[in-house]
Amino acid sequence: MIEVKNLHRHFGGFHAVDGATLEIETGSITGLVGPNGAGKTTLFNVVAGVLPPTSGQVFMAGEDITGLPPHQLFHKGLLRTFQIAHEFASMTCRENLMMVPGDQTGEMLWNTWFGRKRIADEERALRAKADEVLEFLTIEHLADHKAGQVSGGQKKLLELGRTMMVDARIVFLDEVGAGVNRTLLNTIGDAIIRLNTERGYTFCMIEHDMDFIGRLCDPVIVMAEGKVLSKGTIDEIKADERVIEAYLGTGLKNKDAVL
Amino acid sequence: MDLLNGFVALANFVLIPAIAYGSQLALGALGVTLIYGILRFSNFAHGDTMAVGTMFAVLTTWGLQAMGVSLGPLPTALLAIPIGILGATALVLLTDRYVYKFYRAQKAKPVILVIVSMGVMFIYNGLTRIIIGPDDYRFADGERFVISARTFRDMTGLEEGLALRTTQVITVVTAVIVVAALFWFLNKTRTGKSMRAFSDNEDLALLSGINPERVVLVTWLIVASLATVAGVLYGLDKSFKAFTYFQLLLPIFAAAIVGGLGNPLGAIAGGFVIAFSEVGITYAWKKVLVYLMPPALEPEGLVQILSTEYKFAVSFVILVIVLLFRPTGLFRGKSI
Repeated sequence: MIEVKNLHRHFGGFHAVDGATLEIETGSITGLVGPNGAGKTTLFNVVAGVLPPTSGQVFMAGEDITGLPPHQLFHKGLLRTFQIAHEFASMTCRENLMMVPGDQTGEMLWNTWFGRKRIADEERALRAKADEVLEFLTIEHLADHKAGQVSGGQKKLLELGRTMMVDARIVFLDEVGAGVNRTLLNTIGDAIIRLNTERGYTFCMIEHDMDFIGRLCDPVIVMAEGKVLSKGTIDEIKADERVIEAYLGTGLKNKDAVL
Repeated sequence: MDLLNGFVALANFVLIPAIAYGSQLALGALGVTLIYGILRFSNFAHGDTMAVGTMFAVLTTWGLQAMGVSLGPLPTALLAIPIGILGATALVLLTDRYVYKFYRAQKAKPVILVIVSMGVMFIYNGLTRIIIGPDDYRFADGERFVISARTFRDMTGLEEGLALRTTQVITVVTAVIVVAALFWFLNKTRTGKSMRAFSDNEDLALLSGINPERVVLVTWLIVASLATVAGVLYGLDKSFKAFTYFQLLLPIFAAAIVGGLGNPLGAIAGGFVIAFSEVGITYAWKKVLVYLMPPALEPEGLVQILSTEYKFAVSFVILVIVLLFRPTGLFRGKSI
């Protein structure tokens, strides 16, 4: 689905992503782990078009998508969520979801006056879909609440819900489980698995919670210092000496303390 | 009777002019606030965008007058507003295409865009002076008064007259219609919602598939229209002079900041706060107080806090106070 080839992203002299090469297979839930500062989020930002790469290429299903702006990638089915949940604070949760599919009829100024029937039909369909998504995420009671006022975990669910408003092909989840309680984490996990099996979404997720990763992800990619260190199942990763070194530095070998 | 006279004097010299002026400022501040909320910079060229739009409208008005077209009691300039809007929109979109777009692509910092907009301001400024000239031009025609001071006095038998100029009525009515339309647009239509979404959270808007170039285009379109309408109304009320429009930048920014940058409701409130303060502080209150105070306490001086030459100082003082004590403005916009 996604192929990243020798990707570099430098901030001044700092090489956040330093020649990363990796592949995300279609239909997989790929985990992306690594110590803080490994360049995971920067990699996400470059792939999702938020930051231009310094060099290197990104392919989606064989097509070169390097440096395309986010809204164009969105229309190709590449979506992402944020580490710190983003929302349109002044709009309700339902409106937040209804914003999602871009290029709606109503976005053309002309149609605001001359395509009202079409807009009304579209809005009705969107509304039904938004309600369906809210129900799927078990937050239908929040439909009319301002998104800025719901809890952090609920915002995370909303982030996930946003990806369900369109037919996504690949979704990048940036620490979707961070700062979320166990119950909600299970809800999120279930939603991810269902979306993967029922709708065929490919996922790539940055995560620090190894149990969560172990439950969802296969394969797992480990990054350190801007490069890809290794890739394999969760058990292979846990057994990999290089990974332990990257997390703890050389010398300390008590891997159970970390992984 | 004295009380009534006092109130009429107050309405005539303070309330009515301040409401008309406030409406004009509010329309101007709405443009500034939209640019700030959506494009994320303070547009110093806004005053001169108003001047350019008004200039096109003035030229069209003169053309229409020469052809003998008129609206009867209403000023011909109302017919010319659409042409003014077209002219301003064309210029603003060209500017965006060849100037601002470049800096957007670089993800330039807002402060750089502010400086760029100052350059644009000087260019617009020169353009207006080259095309129409630097002088004072009148282009209002039609009926001058809805009620003149004399008619009012004859009608009511009061000592004080109340003059209600046509332009003042038109200003307020137009402002109400334009603001209502704008709020309907921002809250009810999909385009308006995308604009709000873009203003709320740009990253998320982009990742929701909202086309930023389209949002920017619509924003400029609305801003150019608001600027032209505000400019024409101001010009009808007073007169058209390129330099005056440049000077308007200060009260307009003061209004937008007082209300809270990026908040449309705040811009309107701010417009009226600035207008009422400016008129209230530079007005010689003796005329009103003479009626309201007991004879023994009648003021001897003019009771004018600042002479009218200092009216811009009022905006400055309010601006400083707001920035010191409530930098996000009355309606909690984005802090600057």
